[in-house]
Amino acid sequence: MTLAPETTLHPLPLVVVLVSLFAGLAIAVLGEHQQRLRTVLNLSAAVVKVALVVWIALIVVGGRVPEFRFPLVPGFDLVLRADAVSVLFASLSSALWLVTTVYAIAYLHRAANRARFFGFFSICVTATMGIAMAGNLLTFFVFYELLTLATWPLVAHSGSRAALQAGRTYLIYTLGGSALFLIGLIWLYALAGPQDFIAGGSLALLGVGPDGAGPAGALQAVFLLVAIGMGVKAALVPLHAWLPRAMVAPAPVSALLHAVAVVKAGAFGLVRLVEDVFGATLAADLGVAQALAVAAAITIVYGSVVALRQEDLKKRLAYSTVSQVSYIALGIAVGGALATVGGMVHLVHQGVMKITMFFCAGTFAMLLGVTRIDQLDGLARRLPWSALAFSVAALGMIGLPPMAGFVSKWYLGAGAVATGQSWVVVVLVASTLLNAAYFLPIVGRMWLRPPPERWPGGETPPRWVVFGLVAPALFTAFCTVAFGVLAGSAYSPLDWATEIVRGYVP
Amino acid sequence: MASDALAMLVFAPLIAALAVILAPTRATLPLAAVGIALPLPALWLATVAVLRGETIVVALAGFAPPLGIAWRADGFALTLAWLTFVVVAFISWHARSSFAVETDVGRRFWPLWLVLVASLYALFLSADLFNLYVTLELVTLAGVAMIAIGGKPAAMRAAMRYLLLGLMASLFYLLATALLYGQAGTLDLYQVGERMGDGALTVTALALMVTGLLVKSAIVPLHVWLPAAHGKAPGPVSAVLSALVVKVALYILIRLWFWVAAPLDVAAAALALGVLGAAAIVYGSIAAIAQTRLKMLVAYSTVAQLGYVMLLFPLASSAAFRAVTFHMLAHGVAKAAMFLAAANLLAALGSDRLQRLVGADQRFPVNVLAFALAGVSIMGLPPSGGFVAKWMLLEAAWQAEGWGWVAIVSLGSLLAAVYVFRVVALAYAQPRPAVSVRRPGTSPRGRFHATSLAALGLAVLAILLGIASAPVLTLIDLGLPPALVQP
Repeated sequence: MTLAPETTLHPLPLVVVLVSLFAGLAIAVLGEHQQRLRTVLNLSAAVVKVALVVWIALIVVGGRVPEFRFPLVPGFDLVLRADAVSVLFASLSSALWLVTTVYAIAYLHRAANRARFFGFFSICVTATMGIAMAGNLLTFFVFYELLTLATWPLVAHSGSRAALQAGRTYLIYTLGGSALFLIGLIWLYALAGPQDFIAGGSLALLGVGPDGAGPAGALQAVFLLVAIGMGVKAALVPLHAWLPRAMVAPAPVSALLHAVAVVKAGAFGLVRLVEDVFGATLAADLGVAQALAVAAAITIVYGSVVALRQEDLKKRLAYSTVSQVSYIALGIAVGGALATVGGMVHLVHQGVMKITMFFCAGTFAMLLGVTRIDQLDGLARRLPWSALAFSVAALGMIGLPPMAGFVSKWYLGAGAVATGQSWVVVVLVASTLLNAAYFLPIVGRMWLRPPPERWPGGETPPRWVVFGLVAPALFTAFCTVAFGVLAGSAYSPLDWATEIVRGYVP
Repeated sequence: MASDALAMLVFAPLIAALAVILAPTRATLPLAAVGIALPLPALWLATVAVLRGETIVVALAGFAPPLGIAWRADGFALTLAWLTFVVVAFISWHARSSFAVETDVGRRFWPLWLVLVASLYALFLSADLFNLYVTLELVTLAGVAMIAIGGKPAAMRAAMRYLLLGLMASLFYLLATALLYGQAGTLDLYQVGERMGDGALTVTALALMVTGLLVKSAIVPLHVWLPAAHGKAPGPVSAVLSALVVKVALYILIRLWFWVAAPLDVAAAALALGVLGAAAIVYGSIAAIAQTRLKMLVAYSTVAQLGYVMLLFPLASSAAFRAVTFHMLAHGVAKAAMFLAAANLLAALGSDRLQRLVGADQRFPVNVLAFALAGVSIMGLPPSGGFVAKWMLLEAAWQAEGWGWVAIVSLGSLLAAVYVFRVVALAYAQPRPAVSVRRPGTSPRGRFHATSLAALGLAVLAILLGIASAPVLTLIDLGLPPALVQP
């Protein structure tokens, strides 16, 4: 499989964005009581979206890049374009959106304000698709902000004091970051004019560099400003504090935040910034790639250390995300073909693993009232399938072969050695040990300890609800194994990432 | 053809106003509808002509300037006339319910409303300083009368204060007009500049005029009348005051600055105006954050948003002109939506204390959504008209290397986020049981009542402006001041 990009005008990238927007609006207009129709709309929009992404992927495999553009502000186009990187992110988020929708319908089967919830849920995915398809930094920014606005109501959904508090923290971080992002964007365009994403870096192609038209200092500052904007959502330390607090949101929202939409959007933005705007070479020349690598390494270790101290299951998972997502940034910042592949493929791998764990955490809380780690004893006897899914994902996170996480870590480590940055290997080993230290006790408690006399609480919902909670987790757990075992076959995430990187690193 | 269209723009609502007074009550709404709708084809014809590259000039009664008075329509005038048409159409739809013709208040409202609309169109078309004075007075007086229309003491006090300050401002303006006439021998907006010279009297006249206009456009520290006037007025009136009436004085100020005063060296004064604008942005936003009542919060937001317009003066570039004109549009539409939504919430809850908003999202989702969407534009977040304006303004400030202005614009939208989300978060909050039991004023109106839809329609328009900005900008580009185009 080879990808030789040839841009063609095509409405598909726009359609794939609009599908969930219309679904969201329709759900909101339908109102609270049209439950059946809402479910049908939700699921069919998600299925249609997966089909459209598959269609786009086929076009891209055929060597063409579908693109749609129209003028947004004077001199600047809104560009929606599906290149190989877009397809990687779009297929991840559309597939996981489908399973999360199933899960959310089950999880919220009796909750209030579901029309509002699923409306914003769909708009959130609209924004994610727009981010995946964005063909330049301005378009990216537009959908990035839409994502902020659409996720706030999800975080604050319950309307409780804690939820509103978390929503406020979320806004302070994201809107503050976006103000800097916007200034960086204006500065970038003032330096180099309007430009679309290009593999290898649009700035490099324009001939702007330390010795070219743009002074190095200005470019470094632009990188810093935009990277802060991305880093807030990607939860780079010290911009991460909103993420653990957002844990008050319902479990499907956490799953979405951590695996599909928000955190991923930030990491994906860093990929675009380094590979398609600056280009790996220019980023390394300016020294910003090294700075990003250090920030990512600190985040990886810090997140894991803090995760170790958490007694609340969702909190531990949240800090684990802080740590794991930075693998993506680390990979692209280290540079070189292998590490970049490792970072890129982790975009998908972290997604399927972390979403499995959040699905399970939500299931534990709902069915048994279990939210703390010391309550997990013997849980596998009561919920064997969920415990199995959780354990598979946890082992994957630790990086045990043949799970997906192992593939990511292997490529990251090999890439670091290949580019002579052995300190990264130390970070990876430390992180792996820490991962094992905070995940293995959980797995051990679930399978080896005896169950308690009485579970802390929970409810006994109808059987379809239990099925809707457990099946999505089993599916994503299966993906965790499959992406690892089948990593070498054609069209696996690893294969796809390798092809992408062939365009980035000659 | 196009010049007839201009006449229709002004005379259709004016004649409708007279007809409404004379005709029986049941004819009021159809007559008003005609007066409000007829400007649409007129605007269309005029816009087509201007897009062809014409500037439409009408010499009233056949006397050309400097002897007679003239109307003149360029891209700038038509842009604001379009804003007027759209905002007026939505607010009229709202007023159909909120100022029902069967009521006493309704009977008083509709003629005033139509006079206001006619005066607004006439003002944007006016091509001489005295004509601008007359129309500005008409707009102000109609505005004052409509603030006081409900007869509530607080509104009466606010109207009185607005009237007195407005009259003082008018005196300044009138005096300056007389001085300029003495210097230039004409009042024509496009001839005064060349003929007035740069003597002390000219400078004094311009200073007086600017001061008067700053009062009318409520720029900090001359804003004191605005929050009460806009906050205490009935909903649709607040909407039109914030969306259009304060903009009118800024429109004249921009005309004065870049057309009349173009030959003078005004850099220092321009900087001063920019600083006032920055002060308005910061002060207005912080004051909005500190409010405890929804409509007052929205009114202070207007004080802040008007500050952005003032940044045009120090930046003085065609890019900034484009940005600021677009901002006036985006803010007009969004603020009208916000005031209508606030008025609907006030009517439904019986009070606009912010604390009463707890749980409002569950009971009045359409109005909360309208407020939030308008808020997106006010914060300048994409995709919205406010974002396009902010983007262009930041670009213009960056080109001019005005780092301070860049910082102020960024700070302004963060502060706006604080007050907008404060409201939305309260509406989202889960009501305590004690509150929900009392349930004062549970919605007397359905979810999709006309009043809610008018607010939502404007809010959606504020968002759409951010996606379909290209045609609007084409029109704005045809109204660029010659002084900014040449260099």
